[in-house]
Amino acid sequence: MAIEVRIPTILRSYTGGAKAVNAQGATLEELIGDLETRHPGLKDRLVDESGLRRFVNVYLNDEDVRFLGGLGTPVSDGDTVTVLPAVAGGAR
Amino acid sequence: MLTISRELVDKIVAHARADHPDEACGVVAGPAGSDRPERFIPMENAERSPTFYRFDSMEQLRVWREMDDRDEVPVVIYHSHTATEAYPSRTDISYASEPDAHYVLVSTASEEETPFRSFRIVDGVVTEEEVKIVESYG
Repeated sequence: MAIEVRIPTILRSYTGGAKAVNAQGATLEELIGDLETRHPGLKDRLVDESGLRRFVNVYLNDEDVRFLGGLGTPVSDGDTVTVLPAVAGGAR
Repeated sequence: MLTISRELVDKIVAHARADHPDEACGVVAGPAGSDRPERFIPMENAERSPTFYRFDSMEQLRVWREMDDRDEVPVVIYHSHTATEAYPSRTDISYASEPDAHYVLVSTASEEETPFRSFRIVDGVVTEEEVKIVESYG
């Protein structure tokens, strides 16, 4: 068993075009670290020095991890993590 | 070029007018690979702001999953500018994350007319494209 991570179109250049990849870890932070070992560059698109990037949404199953525990959110086998770039903009 | 039905254009403009002076935003989904906008999905502007928009993250997850299940993609991603022209701002460009989408901008700055324009935004480069409004896709 592993944790499935669903990758948005714009980040599939890091996963060889794959829509979903498997990864392991006890927390979201570990999971992203594990992803980085096989898909170098991906981590930098998801996190910066202060944590999860503001305009990237990461969901654990049906919840936005911002409402759970951010990078410290515990994850376990059978979970699905979904990454979606926020759709945002504006005149400002 | 964006080919879009008049009915959808009218719906996007009506949404932008209804939410003025806040920015309105949404998606028109269509079958993957078709480049044909079909299903109108107005979205909540979580920012409720006259100068900024952001899809509500939970609504976005629900809508994106639904598109996945129906083998659809966001063919059009639209939003309004309420005091400035219908052209992508620096903010719009920096957050554009769907290279295959038509980014539609409308402006509700004038009460008389509602400019409706479409752009591709790829790797920070904006390219305006022709908008062809049709009565039906035939």
